[in-house]
Amino acid sequence: MTVKLSIDGKPVSVAEGTTLMEAARKIDVDTPVICYHEATTSEGLCRQCVVEVDGWRVLAPACVTPVSQDMHVHTDSERVQHARRTILEMLNATVDLSQAPDLQIQMDDYQADRQRFPNAQVRDAQVLDDNPFYVRDYEKCVMCWRCVQACGDDLQFTYSLSTGGRGYESKISTFFDAPMPETTCVFCGNCVAVCPSNALVSKTEFFMDQGLNYDQIRQEKRKQRKQMPRK
Amino acid sequence: MLLPALLEAQNRYNHISKEHASLIGKALRVPLADVTGVIEFYTLLFDKPTAETIIRVCDSPACSLAGSAESVDALTAQLNTTPNQATPDGQFFVESVPCLGMCEHAPAALRGEEPVSQATADKATSLISGDAEAPQGIIYGDERPLTARCGVVVPTSLEDYLEHDGFAGLHNVLAKSPEDVIADIKTAGLMGRGGAAFPTGIKWEGAANALDDTKYIVCNADESEPGTFKDRVILEEDPFSVLEGMLTAAYTISAKKGYIFIRGEYPRAQRIFEQVIAAAYEQNYLGKDIQGVEGFDFDLEMRSGAGAYICGEETALFEAIEGKRGFPRIKPPFPTTHGLFNKPTAINNVETLANVSLLMRIGPDQYRQYGTEGSPGPRLFCLSGDVVKPGVYEVTEKTTLRELIYEQAGGLVGKAELQAILFGGAAGNFITPAQLDLPLTFEDTRAAQLSLGSGVVMIFNGTRDIRQALVELGHFFAHESCGKCYPCQLGTQRQLEILERVNHGAALPGDLERLNDVGWTMTDASLCGLGQTAATAVLSAMEHWPELFEEITVSPN
Repeated sequence: MTVKLSIDGKPVSVAEGTTLMEAARKIDVDTPVICYHEATTSEGLCRQCVVEVDGWRVLAPACVTPVSQDMHVHTDSERVQHARRTILEMLNATVDLSQAPDLQIQMDDYQADRQRFPNAQVRDAQVLDDNPFYVRDYEKCVMCWRCVQACGDDLQFTYSLSTGGRGYESKISTFFDAPMPETTCVFCGNCVAVCPSNALVSKTEFFMDQGLNYDQIRQEKRKQRKQMPRK
Repeated sequence: MLLPALLEAQNRYNHISKEHASLIGKALRVPLADVTGVIEFYTLLFDKPTAETIIRVCDSPACSLAGSAESVDALTAQLNTTPNQATPDGQFFVESVPCLGMCEHAPAALRGEEPVSQATADKATSLISGDAEAPQGIIYGDERPLTARCGVVVPTSLEDYLEHDGFAGLHNVLAKSPEDVIADIKTAGLMGRGGAAFPTGIKWEGAANALDDTKYIVCNADESEPGTFKDRVILEEDPFSVLEGMLTAAYTISAKKGYIFIRGEYPRAQRIFEQVIAAAYEQNYLGKDIQGVEGFDFDLEMRSGAGAYICGEETALFEAIEGKRGFPRIKPPFPTTHGLFNKPTAINNVETLANVSLLMRIGPDQYRQYGTEGSPGPRLFCLSGDVVKPGVYEVTEKTTLRELIYEQAGGLVGKAELQAILFGGAAGNFITPAQLDLPLTFEDTRAAQLSLGSGVVMIFNGTRDIRQALVELGHFFAHESCGKCYPCQLGTQRQLEILERVNHGAALPGDLERLNDVGWTMTDASLCGLGQTAATAVLSAMEHWPELFEEITVSPN
């Protein structure tokens, strides 16, 4: 069944079950995203894709909200811009976004003040370097859940990672903080591939950043592989 | 079964060791990372040793007004320890916790699994030794149709319940068709008492019409809203009325299985309800062919919360029963079609279910004699703070706040002047003495852009610093945010930081605007009701008393 609605004043017809994000793309309107990824389940976490729907009390996340008949959607209203800007400003005061180019562009687009929250407590996080394949720099983690989803039901079915902590102290956990080689991890690299902020970074890239050359990197990685427990 | 297993390990060994967590995960076929994720989510679960006895002191506004911070100081001084640190002999562990739902007995505490009332600093010795006083329900009201049995019957006695009109409603129900029961509930105009005021008849109709052989009834007994304690009183003093409401729901929507999810901080209510379930099975009020009605089968299981306010949100509660972190789900779909275990589910609050039992006994017309046209039926309010007679008030006719506070509850302690009322709950609004003539009905509060919420009326006298209460509320929401969506995960922390500055008289230029931006972003963009209301009290205080938030300009000299 076809559903008719309007997005930013333009009429759109799409199939029932289409999300507002997909419908907006039909008329070349892109909603900004942080947590959304084609390969992982949309959970509506970041709320950066929120849009305003006439008659609705609160904003709607475009990634998970299905279209309905005669809906009037505004993707760039003042309320929408305000929420997006404030979310970016709060996030920037929480974690290191320096290696998240998409988010840097969004901050420019929404004129986010990078110093909006003086004296804000940054999230307590660590850099974990415990295996030869990738580094987990959780100071850069935006809690998009994509790594957990890729490790679990969405891609690899290895279940080495879980969301942990709670509230502002949310984090990505392994079983009792076990280093990756002691978990079920098979080092498939899917988590690294879906990470939006370089919190998960391949070892090669990590060593290159530290100025090591190709041979040094190879030796370093071989040394670490030998220390891996056998499964 | 993950949460019950983890709670059992916690109770037996005072924490969950890596070894036990691993055994539990393997036995239940839950990925070990997820076991850790669940332990880290719930505050009653610890992955490091605590102590033989944990003493929890409530730090929410009503208890704070009554001196709970001093109680913690006295306890830790006597035990020669610090908060969140076991005594060297491993006997005691003292922690401050959010609302324990005993605001009428402030400051409240839990010693192990025993609730304690008036746990003031001078009673620290008896609190440690276990000789402290246990609280009883305090209920007021001229006519108390809903709470008539409270304090009168032996709560766990089915015989007593039967002698006091118990199950009369259910027997009327069993003589009707499910459609007629729904019609009665709609005629009665019953609206949910958990805070959202959703029409119960429409909810049940949705679940009844859902096409599925498996359906569930869930009682939401995760009462955790600071200032709310009415459900605790019903659970402890008239638990069969809740069971009767659940049976009515089961009959109406054709559910064979139900759960009552009682918050972990209500151990006494849990003990009582376990006995109630056992007695009901014995007398064929649970089980197969209930009361001789062929095919009317219903099994009921009690589940304990594990320390998470968010689990009062219905979909987060389902996740907790399913053994997961208590994250709220995206709606739609709604529980009536996709609820517990993704099956059609009717989930109702404790007071709502007790109302069902009453209205099915006396009939919808008689039921509507109570309340007003727009707010039918009796309604419970929870009075706490600086009031002479704190307690649960059953209101059966149009009553204003002024009448409730000054005529029924004896006014303010020491005849002090009223400064503010926190109305509806921690997720509600601050209101001022100018609004005292507000009638306590759904329609009047909505017209005033307020919400009855869970019936909270918390009173602050003129000597209280509202900024301190705001910090406590800010702390509560930051502590209880589940962390799923960004606006709430980040916003509750940013809000708390600014409120702390304001409270210390150290607001920065632009803080008022920051607070406003954070508040509206949470309200407008959060995923669930927690985030959407985490700034309501703060925004209302900013409107009433902007001067409280002004930056202090310190001159360079």
